[in-house]
Amino acid sequence: MRMFSFLRPVSSAPVARERLQILLEYERNLVSQTDLIAVLREEILAVVGRHVMIDPDKIQISVDRGAKFSILAVDIQIPNKSRKTAAGMR
Amino acid sequence: MGKVIVVTSGKGGVGKTTSTAALGAALARSGNNVAVVDFDVGLRNLDIVMGAERRVVFDLINVVQGTAKLTQAVIRDKRIETLYLLPASQTRDKDALTEDGIARVIAELRMRFDWVICDSPAGIERGATLAMRFADEAVIVTNPEVSSVRDSDRIIGLLDSKTLKAELGERMPKHLLIARFDPLRASRGEMLNIEDVLEILSVPLLGIIPESEEVLRASNLGAPITVCGRDSAPSRAYYDAARRLAGEDVEMTIPSERRGLFTKLFGRRAA
Repeated sequence: MRMFSFLRPVSSAPVARERLQILLEYERNLVSQTDLIAVLREEILAVVGRHVMIDPDKIQISVDRGAKFSILAVDIQIPNKSRKTAAGMR
Repeated sequence: MGKVIVVTSGKGGVGKTTSTAALGAALARSGNNVAVVDFDVGLRNLDIVMGAERRVVFDLINVVQGTAKLTQAVIRDKRIETLYLLPASQTRDKDALTEDGIARVIAELRMRFDWVICDSPAGIERGATLAMRFADEAVIVTNPEVSSVRDSDRIIGLLDSKTLKAELGERMPKHLLIARFDPLRASRGEMLNIEDVLEILSVPLLGIIPESEEVLRASNLGAPITVCGRDSAPSRAYYDAARRLAGEDVEMTIPSERRGLFTKLFGRRAA
């Protein structure tokens, strides 16, 4: 008798399935290739570091891996007077 | 200075990770700053049980090796803002953990948090001994089942010999958390009862967590049972256990599912 099934909480297994699919797709790739997000993170920091002094304590990095795309957020606190006066920069 | 708790068991699958997440969230809900730390290098799972698996950037080994700061590696819980997760590494192996490195990380965690709950890997190898090494107290998770109780006894032996506290000649305070308990089967004599387990292990009881479908539902959804199924029987048992861990005197009961009149009447048929 399925009459009252609409009163029961929404089943949780589909959520579990989707979470696992996203996670495992990412982890299986990790074994064979380098982590793209990690590469981007390092290169972004290197580029920014060429122009300003970066305090490693003032950086927050977060990712949110999704099914179709991931979000990489790099928060860098740049003090107002931190511009590097390298030769050639005017 | 925060308190460092290791959640350990010897045997796998008894509920260490579920208990770490549930106790961590319960302690954080009462306003404490809590860090839950996954020590299961290579086979991490605390991140997925907490629903943070998509947000892992750095891990315990990065902090041990100094490639990331502790403040960068901890992930703040989306539901409880005083709850943080330090994930284990998935791609490295446990040899990357050094005792000195762990000592430094634990010391910093102790300074920043009120509670540091370490989720030990199963087994009695390096990962498990490092997880317990610097603990102030231990929570031993056991099921009322012969192999689990036997492994718990083995772990108790390690807690009393391999930890820093033991080597300094101090007593390691231990708490027993009996998980997946089925009162009905115990009363029928089909399952070891609480008294049997306590008599065999002689460790004071922290709580009795009843077997419940809600635990699987919470892990499917990626939330500690004390967050997602808050009114469920296991959740209430974990809240009581967390209060006892914090030193409160809470009467020992085995919570049962609260069933409304409607579910009582129709629950069976509708299921």
